[in-house]
Amino acid sequence: MLEIRYVWEWPVRITHWVNALCVVVLALTGFAIGTPILVAGDGSYVMGWVRFVHYVAAYAFTVSVLARFYWMFAGNHHASWRAFIPWTTAVGRRNFVKMLRYYTFTGKQISYEVGHNPVAALAYAGIFALFVFQIVSGFALYSQYNPGGFMAGLFAPLLNLVGNQWLRLGHHGVMWLLLGFFINHVYSGWLMDVKERNGTMSGIVSGYRFIEPRDL
Amino acid sequence: MNSEQIPEPISIPEEILQKWEAKGVSRRDFMKFCTAVTATLALPVSFIPQVAAAMDDQRLPVIWVEYQSCSGDSEAFLRANQPTAAEIILDVISLEYAEVVMAAAGHQAEQAKWAAMEKYKGKYLLIVEGSIPTGAGGAYCTVGGESAVDSAKKLIQNAAATITVGTCASFGGIPAAAPNPTGAVSVRELVPGAAIVNLPGCPVNAENLTATIVHFLTFGKLPAVDALGRPKFAYGKRIHDNCERRAHFDAGQYAEDFGDAAQRQGHCLYKLGCKGPETFHNCPTIRYNEGTSWPIMAGHGCIGCSEPGFWDTMTPFYRRLPQVPGFGIEATADKIGLGLVAATAAAFAAHGIASACRKGDAMESDKLKREE
Ligand code: HEM
Ligand code: HEM
Ligand code: SF4
Repeated sequence: MLEIRYVWEWPVRITHWVNALCVVVLALTGFAIGTPILVAGDGSYVMGWVRFVHYVAAYAFTVSVLARFYWMFAGNHHASWRAFIPWTTAVGRRNFVKMLRYYTFTGKQISYEVGHNPVAALAYAGIFALFVFQIVSGFALYSQYNPGGFMAGLFAPLLNLVGNQWLRLGHHGVMWLLLGFFINHVYSGWLMDVKERNGTMSGIVSGYRFIEPRDL
Repeated sequence: MNSEQIPEPISIPEEILQKWEAKGVSRRDFMKFCTAVTATLALPVSFIPQVAAAMDDQRLPVIWVEYQSCSGDSEAFLRANQPTAAEIILDVISLEYAEVVMAAAGHQAEQAKWAAMEKYKGKYLLIVEGSIPTGAGGAYCTVGGESAVDSAKKLIQNAAATITVGTCASFGGIPAAAPNPTGAVSVRELVPGAAIVNLPGCPVNAENLTATIVHFLTFGKLPAVDALGRPKFAYGKRIHDNCERRAHFDAGQYAEDFGDAAQRQGHCLYKLGCKGPETFHNCPTIRYNEGTSWPIMAGHGCIGCSEPGFWDTMTPFYRRLPQVPGFGIEATADKIGLGLVAATAAAFAAHGIASACRKGDAMESDKLKREE
């Protein structure tokens, strides 16, 4: 019998959509900072606004990512940090291989899951690492406007170790990785929605998924 | 403003002014010097008399040595300074050894250097120009048969304080650029923990060197420095944050090419690779050559010459971001990124078509009822 299960609690869903929106805004404004395509005449403040929006989105993004990290410890087991490292259990490893074989057309069976599928989960772990990198490198660059300040003191060791130009290049490059992930992610979501017929896509909006226990 | 709010007039004692007048420096020039240096040091005007008093007959012994350098810093200091400022500063210090200006040569010069070190042990100010090569046991730079490593260590350990002038001495600079064939290091890397103040720049700004020496004369110690050993008065702000073209940056007005109308109108040089957003220096406020001009004023973007990553992270000069390691000269971060995104899109489009056509991946939940 098909069951309706509440999988993604509201903090997971809210942080997901805040993150998604912020990534899009940050990528657009970030690209415009790197390659100023918006040029204007006297009296405008185009770059000023672009950077302002980048920083507002940056703060929202940071709060949202931190909230999601908190929920990795406070939420249900689908939201737990353990869900993102599927390799730690034998079942996880088996399902990972199964899913990878399905994606590469070498296996027919989908590893049917209530929560994240194991390959996607590992990708999310990587994405969260990139989120942290963007936040750290972003605030390190940001801190340079006031070298005597608290934030500058916090990031000075990193800036001096790595160098602000490499951080900037990394910050710029990771934008492209996130955009690559975006394509992959929406595609995989669509694929699983079609193949599993369990409401993958609506699940991240409503929180509910339709599970056939015999498939698990 | 009522009369109580008028600040106390600043006055320099008559004897000091007369002494300088006797040496051929007018009162006006001496006042200007003291005021300018006090301002460069970011000290309040009330310090001017203290600075003036410190310029009195101290004859601070100074040893100026060069290793892997181009003598650009010596030149900047000796030639570009305001004539009177050079006169004043050269009058209060006693330049015991300086390769570019001294008359002695060969063994005589060597002897003078070590004699000065012995005579003023613990009291002299050491100025180092150029990086120090550590490769091949220090063989890449030897003076009088002694390696730069050995002589620099000795001189630094016996000095009251050390000032490194230029980016090479401060951070390794051009000799330390990849692949750093001579194993060049900065003075601070060679003798960590010594009393060193770094004055990077290519060349050092004479104004900042003068101010640092005057600070040492006035207070008996080196000025407050940041985590990279640079005095805060000179390297405490980013060029981009004090730049006269900044309003155009915020407004979205950029020069697209050298010589275009926008560049001539003073628009921002960001798109021409300006490194002002990553460089800490007081160039916009004190400029070079008696405040005549500085690179961005002259129409060329900042090349980040005073930053630790110079040369490696500040090239290519006409692009904002450094080369992506492992990719060719023509590949920019954006070209690589766009390629990556296009390849991802193509791969998943193909995967999607193949997945739509595949059969036999059904599950229990696929035994669906069709709506008629
Ligand atoms: C998904 C997240 C983010 C993306 C995709 C992103 C993207 C970018 C890009 C492409 C640039 C232009 C880099 C260049 O070519 O110079 C940039 C600049 C910058 N970003 Fe981000 N960013 C993100 C998050 C953040 C965060 C969390 C902060 C934190 C405050 C931040 C602060 C900055 C700063 C300070 C700059 C330099 C701005 C300037 O030079 O005026 N970014 N970002
Ligand atoms: C139209 C846009 C998007 C859609 C339809 C979408 C859909 C989904 C769905 C259905 C899930 C649950 C997947 C599962 O079962 O494993 C999910 C999770 C996730 N998505 Fe998205 N997504 C979108 C945009 C983004 C963007 C732009 C990012 C970030 C770059 C992102 C990052 C994530 C992450 C990190 C998770 C794991 C969620 C968690 O456990 O907190 N998504 N997304
Ligand atoms: S010219 Fe350079 S330093 Fe000046 S505002 Fe433009 S980018 Fe910044």
